[in-house]
Amino acid sequence: MIKFSFLINILNRISKNLDKINNGFYVSAIPNIWIVIFFVAPILLIFKISFTEPIVSIPPIGKMCSYIGDYTVNIKINLANYVRILKENCYLTAFTNSVMITTVTTLICLLLGFPIAYGINQTKPHTQSALISLLSLSMWTATLIRVYALINLFSSNGALNSLLSFFGLQPVKFLGNYFAVCLGLVFCYLPYMVLPIYSILAKNDKSCVEAAYDLGCTPLKTIWKITIPLCRGGIITGCILVFSMTIGEFSIPELLGSSDTLMFGRILWTEFFSNLDWAMTCAISIVMMAFIIIPIYIVQKRYGGSFS
Amino acid sequence: MIIPKKKKNVEAWASVDANPYLQVKNISKSFQNVVTVRDVSFSIYKGEFFSLLGQSGCGKTTLLRMLAGLETPDSGNIILDGVDITNYPPYKRPVNIMFQSYALFPHMTVYQNIAFGLKQDKLKKTEIDNRVKEVVNLVQLNGYYDRYPHQLSGGQKQRVALARSLAKRPKLLLLDEPLTALDKRLREQTQFELVNIQEKVGITFILVTHDQEEAMTMSTRMAVMESGRIRQVGEPHDVYEFPNSRYVAEFIGSINLFEGIVTDHDSDHVIIQSPEVDCLCYATHTGAVPIGSKVTLAIRPEKIMISAVKVEETKNWVEGVINEIAYLGDVSIYYVMTNTGKTIMATIPNLLRLSEHPFQWEDKVYLFWRSENSLVLTS
Repeated sequence: MIKFSFLINILNRISKNLDKINNGFYVSAIPNIWIVIFFVAPILLIFKISFTEPIVSIPPIGKMCSYIGDYTVNIKINLANYVRILKENCYLTAFTNSVMITTVTTLICLLLGFPIAYGINQTKPHTQSALISLLSLSMWTATLIRVYALINLFSSNGALNSLLSFFGLQPVKFLGNYFAVCLGLVFCYLPYMVLPIYSILAKNDKSCVEAAYDLGCTPLKTIWKITIPLCRGGIITGCILVFSMTIGEFSIPELLGSSDTLMFGRILWTEFFSNLDWAMTCAISIVMMAFIIIPIYIVQKRYGGSFS
Repeated sequence: MIIPKKKKNVEAWASVDANPYLQVKNISKSFQNVVTVRDVSFSIYKGEFFSLLGQSGCGKTTLLRMLAGLETPDSGNIILDGVDITNYPPYKRPVNIMFQSYALFPHMTVYQNIAFGLKQDKLKKTEIDNRVKEVVNLVQLNGYYDRYPHQLSGGQKQRVALARSLAKRPKLLLLDEPLTALDKRLREQTQFELVNIQEKVGITFILVTHDQEEAMTMSTRMAVMESGRIRQVGEPHDVYEFPNSRYVAEFIGSINLFEGIVTDHDSDHVIIQSPEVDCLCYATHTGAVPIGSKVTLAIRPEKIMISAVKVEETKNWVEGVINEIAYLGDVSIYYVMTNTGKTIMATIPNLLRLSEHPFQWEDKVYLFWRSENSLVLTS
């Protein structure tokens, strides 16, 4: 009995102290630790490796810190990787290609995705949920398979070209260019644009739209003046999702593009697997991250924040 | 109804040759086979403050939305100022609605919200400025031009919504439960303001509400709706004093109802015998009621008087015991159980403090009322 009361006493004391501290800290401790271990730490590691020099060893990276005796630690920061990215043409082309293709893809996704989301939101409630599950169904199929389906459609002896030759027209080279890559990316990432826009549209109060009609605004103008500004949050989320997911995309440009449409993903692959240049790979990754984070930051800063 | 001010043309509906401003003719509407509005017809005259009063789900909001053009009626016509607007889309109607949720555009400032409708009419910038200023003065919202809706209080939002719908100077302004979101004090204050504004601008208002006090305070006439039908249209005091059916009588205010049979006709009274009250009841004629027909006798609680001494009358009195006293501050409601087992409500103003009240629980009292104050209902 004495032992138990002692234990209970300790437990009481602990719980009292716990109450004093913000309880949210303990609730979120596990996810926080998770994020530090699996997200922050790897990024710091990549950041560090990007400043080392490639050597022939296992792992193929030079040491950043070395003890050279005399109580001195030699820290060596190698900027050569970043300089190479700036100097060598192939990296710059890959970057401009990536940003261009990604931007165009995001814009096309937005132009297609908003009308789709709007259209779905206009249907009856049970039709809406059916259409949304159809949309997410397309995301369940492996990207590779869907891209191969596209290849079948658009290749030089694919379905579309067969149709053209049936009508006596010259075959067209659809694949291996910007068009094909953008098409593939839009095809695969459209749901990521539609879903956030739809979720905001469905949540929004319809009375604002009715009020606009009532005040003399035609339906088309109302979409532009009321509906679009009110689903700004969904549009921004969709754009950020599509942009950040497509910029690092590897398989789609690889399958549908050519050396003309060199993108980040391909360069990373070559550096990592063919050249075994981990340092360079990491430097490219860091630059790529900057390319994603900076536009997102600007967009969030300028257009972020909701009204409600 | 605010009594003191007598408006010009206030009783247009009473004159035979007045032209109605808005005519609703046999409007019906159903949603997924559920009829929400059945064959509703009524007329409204210019400058009226008309209320549609009913419980939730009675179809009053649907009716209002059809007037705004946000729903299309299944059948019937809406004629406004001589033009059949039944099939006009909302953006082409000279009608504005003030939504229950206010529906302010959250991404626009107060100024932009109010100017929105005017911009759609492609008015000049200076004209828009003037019109916005005018309505902002009217609703007393000066100095709030650059605020966003989320920076406003409920009362201020309500004013912006009102200003926005007034700015276009519509022929008809529809108000969908405009005051429900406000607290009681503000609501009462706003009721009078709304009436004053309506008098100033002279626009015809239609108000939808479930709050009978609101309808009675503000409107020139009101329509009581029940399950998609209009049960009675009339001036508030008419509807209150002369309800045409049990439903309306019970819906507006509280009332004592006795089932009975017409036994005789006097020169100007009907004589009714009711097993629920142990007396002869005289009531003023309100229509043809043949002898022997089953009717309901209705008496408002405030029209019943209480006395401690026996009433020397041959009619219209009963004796009973006070069962409950509901003290409401300004008035007290006495629930008196008669010897037939019926509980009758009598409302007495509290002229004296509660402790000095002449009647207490379990007191034997006599209730009596005047023949003119009891009403015969046949439906």
